[in-house]
Amino acid sequence: MELVFKRPEALSDVTMAYCPGCTHGIAHRLVAECLGELGIIERTIGICPVGCSVFLYEYMECDVIEAAHGRAPAVATGVKRCLPDSVVFTYQGDGDLAAIGTAEIIHAAARGENITVVFINNTTYGMTGGQMAPTTMPGQETTTTPGGRDPKVAGNPIKVCELLASLDGTAYIARASLASPAKVMKAKKAIRTAFQIQLENRGFSLVELLSSCPTQWGMSPLQALKHVDEVIEPFFPLGEFKKPN
Amino acid sequence: MKRKRVLMKGNEAVVRGAIAAQCRAFFGYPITPQNEVPEYMSKYMPEAGGVFVQAESEVAAINMVYGAAAAGIRAMTSSSSPGISLKMEGISYLAGAQLPCLIVNVQRGGPGLGNIAPSQSDYFQAVKGGGHGDYNLYTFAPWSVQEMFEHPALAFDVADRYRGPAMILTDAIIGQMLEPIEIPSEVSVDIPPKPWATTGAKGRRRNSITSLYIVPEDLERINLEIQENYRLAKEREVRYQEFETQDAELVLVAYGCMARICRTTMNMARRKGLKVGLFRPITLFPFPEKEISMLAQAGKRFLVAEMSAGQMVEDVRLAVNGASEVYFHGRLGGVVPSAVEILEEVEKVMSRPFLTSPMTAVAKDSLAHGCTTTGGDGG
Repeated sequence: MELVFKRPEALSDVTMAYCPGCTHGIAHRLVAECLGELGIIERTIGICPVGCSVFLYEYMECDVIEAAHGRAPAVATGVKRCLPDSVVFTYQGDGDLAAIGTAEIIHAAARGENITVVFINNTTYGMTGGQMAPTTMPGQETTTTPGGRDPKVAGNPIKVCELLASLDGTAYIARASLASPAKVMKAKKAIRTAFQIQLENRGFSLVELLSSCPTQWGMSPLQALKHVDEVIEPFFPLGEFKKPN
Repeated sequence: MKRKRVLMKGNEAVVRGAIAAQCRAFFGYPITPQNEVPEYMSKYMPEAGGVFVQAESEVAAINMVYGAAAAGIRAMTSSSSPGISLKMEGISYLAGAQLPCLIVNVQRGGPGLGNIAPSQSDYFQAVKGGGHGDYNLYTFAPWSVQEMFEHPALAFDVADRYRGPAMILTDAIIGQMLEPIEIPSEVSVDIPPKPWATTGAKGRRRNSITSLYIVPEDLERINLEIQENYRLAKEREVRYQEFETQDAELVLVAYGCMARICRTTMNMARRKGLKVGLFRPITLFPFPEKEISMLAQAGKRFLVAEMSAGQMVEDVRLAVNGASEVYFHGRLGGVVPSAVEILEEVEKVMSRPFLTSPMTAVAKDSLAHGCTTTGGDGG
C-alpha cells in the first residue's frame, strides 16, 4: 500500500501534552515539515519559550534550547552570531513575545538578526490559566479581565506584525491563521518562506499564527476555530506585512 | 615565554585576558564604571574573529551569553552592580542549564542606583546565589590589573570544568586604575570537549539545553549533580594568598583592592613591631575555609576589612567556627577605608586581651552575633 501521510522526520514520536483542539500541534508540524523539506534539520537550533510550548524540545528532532520567559530572541542572537551557518528559530507565544519579551523581539528585529520567529497568538496566557495577554481582544473575558478587557483600564492589544514591519531590520513579516485546512496550507507557505529568507541571509523573519485555545476560551474545539475566523481574524488581519522585493 | 610589559587599565586587561583565554563572544550594555570593557571588546573581539553585540539591555546581554554558551563558545558579559542585578534571572538559568560562561562585575556603591565609586557590597549576590534556586558562582577576586588579565583564563577553565557560570568580582578601583602589567605571548587554557552543545544534530541524537525538570526527583538529581561539582571545586579550585601569617597574632582578611590596602596596613604595623599578617582569598567561591580554619586553630585573631557592611566576614566566621575572635571593619557607599584607618583598628584589637579560649569561643560568638562597621564583636 502506498504511504500518503506520515509523521515529519523532524517531529518526535511522542504524545504532545496539548489540550484537545489546541493548534500548537499543527504549528509544530508545519515547522517540522518545513525543516524536513528544506533539508535543514541537522543544522537547526530551535529556541523554545516559557508557556504551553515550553516542552518543544521534547517534540522536535533538532537541537533545542529552553529560554527564560521572553528571552528567546536574545538567546537566538547568541546562537546565530556564534554559529552563522546554523538555522535558528524561536517559537514563542503572545505573552512571551509581546509582553515580557517585548524589548528582546523589537531589538532582535531592529538589528535584523538572521533568525526566524514563529509567533503563536491565541490572545491569552494558556499555560497559567487564561489571564489577559498583550493580544487579548477588547471586551475579551479572561481570568484577569473578568468583565472583559476594558482598554481604558487594561490597555489595548498589540498588533505585533504591524509594529515589527515598521522596523528597517525586518525582511519578512506575515500573519496567517490555523483555523481551517486552507489557511493551514497558507501558514505553512509563510513559515517556509521565512526559513528560506533566513537561508538566503536576508535578515529577520517572523510568522504570526492566529491560534485557538478552547480550554481557556471556554469553547469547544470547533467553536474556537470559528472564533478565530469570525472574531480574531478581522481584528488581526492576515497577510504579508513585509517581504523582500 | 616572551612577556610584554605594558601600562594598562584594569577594564582593558580583563578584555585582553578574556580574548587570550579563547573567549569568542561578548555581549554587554553600557554602565559606569565598566564602560571600557564593552568599548575595548567592540574593537578587539572582531579582530580576534569573535562576536560582539551591544545588547538592548543587561537582561538581553546575559541571555545572548546563554545562547552563545549553549553553542559551545566561551562567552562573556560584564556590568556593574545595578546591571548585575538585572542579569540575575539569566545567571540562574545558566546555572540551572549547567552552561559555562564568565560574568564580570565591576562593583559600584549600592543599594539602588547608588553611585559609581568602588564598593564590595555585591559579595553576597556573587557568592551566595543572587538569582533563584540552589546555585553558586565560581567567583574570582583580582587585586591588581595583572590579575584582571590572568583571571579570565582561570575563571573560564573552572566554568568549563564544572559546567557553570563563573564571575570575576572586582570594583571601580581595580577596573579604572592603570598599572604596569606583563602580558605573556600566549595563555594556556583548558577547554574540554562539549558534546552537550546545541550546534545542530548532525551525526548524533538531538541535544537540548534546559533548566526545566517537571518531575521533582529529576530536578533533585540535576541539583545533586550541580552540588557535586561545587564539592569537587571546593576540593580542587580554592585559591588564596598569605603574607606573614606564620608568626602573626592578628591576621587581616580582605579581598580585591581592599587586600592591597591591608597589605600597606600590615607593613605599617610590622614597622611598629606588631605581629600582623594578611590572608587574601582569591576565590571567594569556593572559599578558602580550611586555610582560615587552620589559622584560627593556631590561635590567631582576625580582622576582616571590606567595603561593605560585613559580607565576607560571615564566611570567615563560618570558617573560624568559634575557634578564635573575628573583628570587622567596613566602610559603605563607595567610601574606601585608608590603610591608616585600618591600622587604628588593628591597634585597638591588639590592645585588647585575648578573650577567647576554644572552650568559650562558641558561646561568645553566639552572643555577639552582630557586628558594627566601626568595631569588632570581641569584647
